[in-house]
Amino acid sequence: MSARIGDSPRRADGPPKVRGDFAYSSDLKAGGMLWGATVRSPHPYARILAIDTTEARALPGVLAVLTHLDVPGRKLYGLEIQDQPVLAMDVVRCWGEAVALVAADHPEHARRAAQLVRVTYEVLEPLTDPERALTDDAPRLHPGGNITRYVKIRHGDQKARADVVVNGEYEIGMQDQAPLGPESGLAIPDSAGGVDLHVATQWLHVDRDQLAGILSLPPDKVRLRLAGVGGAFGAREDLSMQAHACLLALRTGRPVKMSYSRPESFVGHVHRHPGKLIYEHGATREGKLVYVKARVLLDGGAYASSSTAVIANACCFAVGPYECPNATVDGWVVYTNNPPCGAMRGFGSVQNCYAHEAQMDKLAAALGMDPVELRKRNAMKTGSRLITGQVVEGSAPVAELLDRIKKMPLPSPLPPQGAGLGRGARKVDLTQLPGGVSNTTHGEGVVRGVGYAVGFKNVGYSEGFDDYSTARVRLSVVNGRPRAEVHTAAAEVGQGLVTVQAQIAATELGVSDVVVLDADTQVGSAGSSSASRQTYVTGGAVKAACEAVRERVLALAQSEIGGSTGARLESDAVVSSRGEVMVTLGTLLGDAVIEETREFRPRRTHRLDSETGQADAHLQYAFAAHRAVVDVDIELGLVRVVELATAQDVGKAINPQAVEGQLEGGAAQGLGLAVMEEIQVKDGVIRNASFTDYLLPTILDMPPVRMDILELGDPHSPYGLKGVGEPPTISSGPAIVAAIRAATGRPITRVPVRPHDIVDT
Amino acid sequence: MNGRPRVAEDVWEGTNLLGVLREHMDLPGSKNACEQGECGSCSVYLDGRLVCACLVLAGQAQGRDIRTVEGLASAGVLHPVQEAFLEAGAVQCGFCTPGLVVATHDLLTRTPQPTTMEIREALAGNICRCTGYAKIIDAVHLAASRMRP
Ligand code: FES
Ligand code: FES
Repeated sequence: MSARIGDSPRRADGPPKVRGDFAYSSDLKAGGMLWGATVRSPHPYARILAIDTTEARALPGVLAVLTHLDVPGRKLYGLEIQDQPVLAMDVVRCWGEAVALVAADHPEHARRAAQLVRVTYEVLEPLTDPERALTDDAPRLHPGGNITRYVKIRHGDQKARADVVVNGEYEIGMQDQAPLGPESGLAIPDSAGGVDLHVATQWLHVDRDQLAGILSLPPDKVRLRLAGVGGAFGAREDLSMQAHACLLALRTGRPVKMSYSRPESFVGHVHRHPGKLIYEHGATREGKLVYVKARVLLDGGAYASSSTAVIANACCFAVGPYECPNATVDGWVVYTNNPPCGAMRGFGSVQNCYAHEAQMDKLAAALGMDPVELRKRNAMKTGSRLITGQVVEGSAPVAELLDRIKKMPLPSPLPPQGAGLGRGARKVDLTQLPGGVSNTTHGEGVVRGVGYAVGFKNVGYSEGFDDYSTARVRLSVVNGRPRAEVHTAAAEVGQGLVTVQAQIAATELGVSDVVVLDADTQVGSAGSSSASRQTYVTGGAVKAACEAVRERVLALAQSEIGGSTGARLESDAVVSSRGEVMVTLGTLLGDAVIEETREFRPRRTHRLDSETGQADAHLQYAFAAHRAVVDVDIELGLVRVVELATAQDVGKAINPQAVEGQLEGGAAQGLGLAVMEEIQVKDGVIRNASFTDYLLPTILDMPPVRMDILELGDPHSPYGLKGVGEPPTISSGPAIVAAIRAATGRPITRVPVRPHDIVDT
Repeated sequence: MNGRPRVAEDVWEGTNLLGVLREHMDLPGSKNACEQGECGSCSVYLDGRLVCACLVLAGQAQGRDIRTVEGLASAGVLHPVQEAFLEAGAVQCGFCTPGLVVATHDLLTRTPQPTTMEIREALAGNICRCTGYAKIIDAVHLAASRMRP
């Protein structure tokens, strides 16, 4: 690959993916391999009185049945708070919690044995109302109480008063990441008591470190290698089957594979936090924000996962990308016996964007002002202060993004009502109408609406986290030609990171043959493929390692053939400042190998002050705006999104085609939460844990996306790039809901929007 | 199986065709995202008809003609549909890709120059969680233009 940054080469992992021979974690096999299965709790909250494994052990083909007593090391794990049992001990706190494990010679034997593990429960009444979790009469689900984190932000004058005030209460449903690849992996024990785990994850090293603790092994005896990842979106930040497969493999001395079914996947990973947000906005008659008061309550479910970071985001960005001199924000994330919630694309900002954008529209209506104009009047810009006191550096083109989506052409208007009816009617394309081929309308009762929204989010891990990445780059001569090998532990989850790493190496070293090695723990941590951070941080590490290699190559050229100021690497050669080839890399290097490893550390951030919420807590911000056009059948409450338009500042598009893919794919997930996707939880139990009952946007649901991609740079990041992955999921949904409000005149305060939110039943 | 007779032994009677392909025939290209007929990631040809391999019992497939994604590229040369998916950027994580490639192959066999609406209808049973589908539609148009006789 000789493509450089700014090009859109074919993906390096593309050919095996289109042929069907790319090895995903669920495709792996090994000689003598066993299959693992998990015994899960049928109750959201219960005491475990006894676990009897006798019958399960007696089943032919079963080689091991394990409970918490078989966990040699740490019995609890967690990304931020170690509160989640590897296998339940005395109590289960959520439906589907893992209680015991089975390894057998056939998946069916493992499944049957799992059914034969007899667990005696004393069923307890689950705590499923997050409001109640805050009260004293609620059962305490964890030793520290039910509040996982409380965030308090006090900015400016707490007694500020305004001419115009609007209030609102908003509710967000629980969304699933639904990556198509199931949680899966293969653990292979070695002869020295260690284990190799091939797994689909977002962060190999955090898995490795948690596993070492659980297995009571030194980290170098737990080696992870990234298997093919079938999408992630936050669902692979926590452990799922990793520890379980390793425990079974170490116990049986045989390779063990675990691969979840879709229903099991719904309990095998955390979800997007559902939430309730109560807002008050005050503004002057001219439409300048005076204050925002917000109370945010997120239901974290049974275990903490990333909850503490999610609530921080929900609070830090509660006002949206606007200048607001005074703010009062209180946010809680609480434990309940609902399914655990954690990371999903855009976390925190996805929830609050629905609220602050609904409020801005309400305020515009109260002021008699155009909603886009009101947003522009308050738009954040470079030098603005967040409500956490941090000054926004780098580009913050909020007004420009809004201008751009406003100016984009609109799709052709709806045909006049009834045009598809009666004699001489025009042929109606049903797929273009709400209800689609269900043939629920031919245009009668269909109303169009247009809505706008803008949002933003932090890129990278905030609040003082040491958010670094590591890259090793090796330059050598293979068959007479220079080859650069790039080795990192960064997870390719589909976003195109492998390709981007190769583009950076080709750019920095001027070589056409770049090989990106498989990600594993034989090189230092890359951090997570999360928070829109990986191109920034691992891209930065690859760039730094390449620069170190280049420096040595140029020094070698200097000593071998004499100097030329301004010499550079290009077209597999050392080239003088006048563009003449001084020496080819093949000749210069010969048998020599030049290898450098570099860590890349972005600027340090700081923890929010616990009393005021003030701090320079974030590294970078990414902004996007969306316009949605919807048609609503106001008789049946059915919605069809006709078109989405977006403008996003990406700093610098390292791979424009991949950037477009993020904008389109992220918007589809935003559309999903707005009008389709919700995990239905009743009394702590998931009612729709399948793709039959949990509705994902199909190609019929997803409209075209008009895109305007701005490259405004960033003074601190590699190449001026900005994180790209999350903003498309933040404001797309709120724009759709705004369009539904515009079409129907209804307040719509809850997502996903259901037919009965549109039609009285 | 992709033009050759193949025998699978020791197949548990409850296994579906997808399980036979993946666990017994070493053909893991057909994917297992839902095993409920909802996502299309397991799409294969059964006697020339597009089916979800997860909805076909192994026994039903006995003696029939099966073509999977692995049977589309010939002698290391990608099929134009596969080429088009790569070029259009229709592949991200790729888990949906084998099913979409087979479904697109089927569509273009029946309808060589489909409209965007025909593409949407034909691929409505294939879920992709990554791309938002725009580049998949581009890929189908691109493949159709390349395969124009
Ligand atoms: S796996 Fe067969 S349709 Fe989803
Ligand atoms: S590319 Fe990931 S599901 Fe389609």
